[in-house]
Amino acid sequence: MPFYVSPEQIMRDKADYAASRIARIRSCVALQYTGGILMVAPNPSTSRHKISELYDRIAFAAGGRYNEYEALRKAGVTYADVTGYQFDRRDVTGLGLANWYAQTLGTIFTDSTKPYEVEIVVAEVGMTPDNDQIYRITFDGSVSDEPGFVAFGGQADQVSARLKERFHDGMSLAEALGAALDALTAPNTNNQGSAGASASAAGNGQPAELTADQLEVAILDRARAHRTFRRLRGPRLEELLAESRAAAASSDSDSSDSGAGSASGPGSGDAGSGSGDSSGPAGPSAPPAPSAPSAGPDEPPTGPTAGGSDGIPRPPL
Amino acid sequence: MTARIPSFTQFLRNYAPDLLPGQPLPAGGGDAIKDLPHATTIVAATCERGVVMAGDRRSTAGSMIAKRDVDKVFRSDEFSAMAIAGTASVGFEFARLFQVELEHYEKMEGRSLSLEGKANRLAGMVRGNLPLAMQGLVMIPLFAGFDEETGTGRIFSYDVAGGPYEEHRFHSIGSGSVFARGALKKLYSDDMPVSEAALACVQALYDAADDDSATGGPDLPRKIFPVVTTITDDGFRRLPDSEAEEYAEQVVQERLRSPDGPRAPLRSGS
Repeated sequence: MPFYVSPEQIMRDKADYAASRIARIRSCVALQYTGGILMVAPNPSTSRHKISELYDRIAFAAGGRYNEYEALRKAGVTYADVTGYQFDRRDVTGLGLANWYAQTLGTIFTDSTKPYEVEIVVAEVGMTPDNDQIYRITFDGSVSDEPGFVAFGGQADQVSARLKERFHDGMSLAEALGAALDALTAPNTNNQGSAGASASAAGNGQPAELTADQLEVAILDRARAHRTFRRLRGPRLEELLAESRAAAASSDSDSSDSGAGSASGPGSGDAGSGSGDSSGPAGPSAPPAPSAPSAGPDEPPTGPTAGGSDGIPRPPL
Repeated sequence: MTARIPSFTQFLRNYAPDLLPGQPLPAGGGDAIKDLPHATTIVAATCERGVVMAGDRRSTAGSMIAKRDVDKVFRSDEFSAMAIAGTASVGFEFARLFQVELEHYEKMEGRSLSLEGKANRLAGMVRGNLPLAMQGLVMIPLFAGFDEETGTGRIFSYDVAGGPYEEHRFHSIGSGSVFARGALKKLYSDDMPVSEAALACVQALYDAADDDSATGGPDLPRKIFPVVTTITDDGFRRLPDSEAEEYAEQVVQERLRSPDGPRAPLRSGS
């Protein structure tokens, strides 16, 4: 027995459905720092990633239903690999992937009964901070090009507002991490936090302070050749967290920028050589890095060394 | 319901088969194929903490030298490398595809393939090239990698129909491989330090170039030196030209004094 339902009604219902689901997603952030782009997501699972590598200089972050964004991630990897194989590795761009995701999500929103309950961020690290790009794609396929930082997920607006206060150009990695955690964990400190916002944040179960094992943190490290994506975890992440908290504490008492932040700045991610990981026996970390503790178990099992040349000559970027 | 296997090659076969190398040629292309540039000698030797793989820089088209500075040893991922002998164009295409194949699996599955997995995958790809090989576009790879499970370097060889055949201690492929392998046999010792294995490989390439016209020796005037790569627990590393130059310079200077290279003792043991 067919009923007539107006297109407006269908679209509104779908959008309402998706919006209500997405409001329950834990917020995540992606932001620039001097050495690249940092992505932080509250995620207690160590195997189901919200942040992943798409290509050499491009990362993917998502929130929502795992099966949906995982399918999107894999499709994006395939898109990137086919494009890069067919042309050149440099011809895979963040914009191209963001457009592809927008098309796909838009089509899914229009054509299928149930829209995807996801929000996606595609971040591309450029050779200079000016060329960094961060795109946010929502469930209906709309893209926004975010300068500097982006928050997405349920509390995106509040988190984004808090991040805006702390964000500035030229942050070190520890500073950026501190700003991200601050934005993700302190829903009430802000004067703009109306009763509604803080109540919904509390209802969302945002913990007071996020610890290393509740966080998924990854960077796109500008200084690396070839594949720039790195996960930060284990001792390396603990160390960074401690550093960012120390910096925050000292900046509370004294507004001058602390040395702790700059110590782990741009060079922090490039010291390791891709040895060892949670899987497989970790070999000793390679070159004598002055910031020695930074090399080590946070490096994924594969991926290039800092100066990794693959034997295929390529023109200077 | 069909599962999507995390193989890039498999995906391309369904999605865009024309992008894959190994499409059979129309009949009757024999003459054009004969004089395509060929890549020549590759040597690899296991050593302390890993394996060294090196290749000369020459490619030949018939009796002509097609290129003096060709690279035949490629990083395939962080802990492995692949080198090619045979038709250069086909080899390069395979090297590129193999790199994407390994990276694609890694990104899809969140872990990298085991070393055997990589070697087997390459065997499948070489097997896929068999129709082309039978028409004359022969390409043979040599695969070497650091096995993170055993903590050793390992070498795998192939023939036109696939493989892999695991080689122990050292191996060589290409037109100068007979001479290179003979030289390595006398120069190699188990668990050599990385730098000595690299020197042994450069010596072996010199010997190959000495007796095989298709293999190029170190070209000091033009500053073209063999490509030397090491794959150890630190990952893949291609020696920068300055380091390759040191090895090449050392070998050439020694050969000025004794042209046949280091002399092995007549009787083994003591």
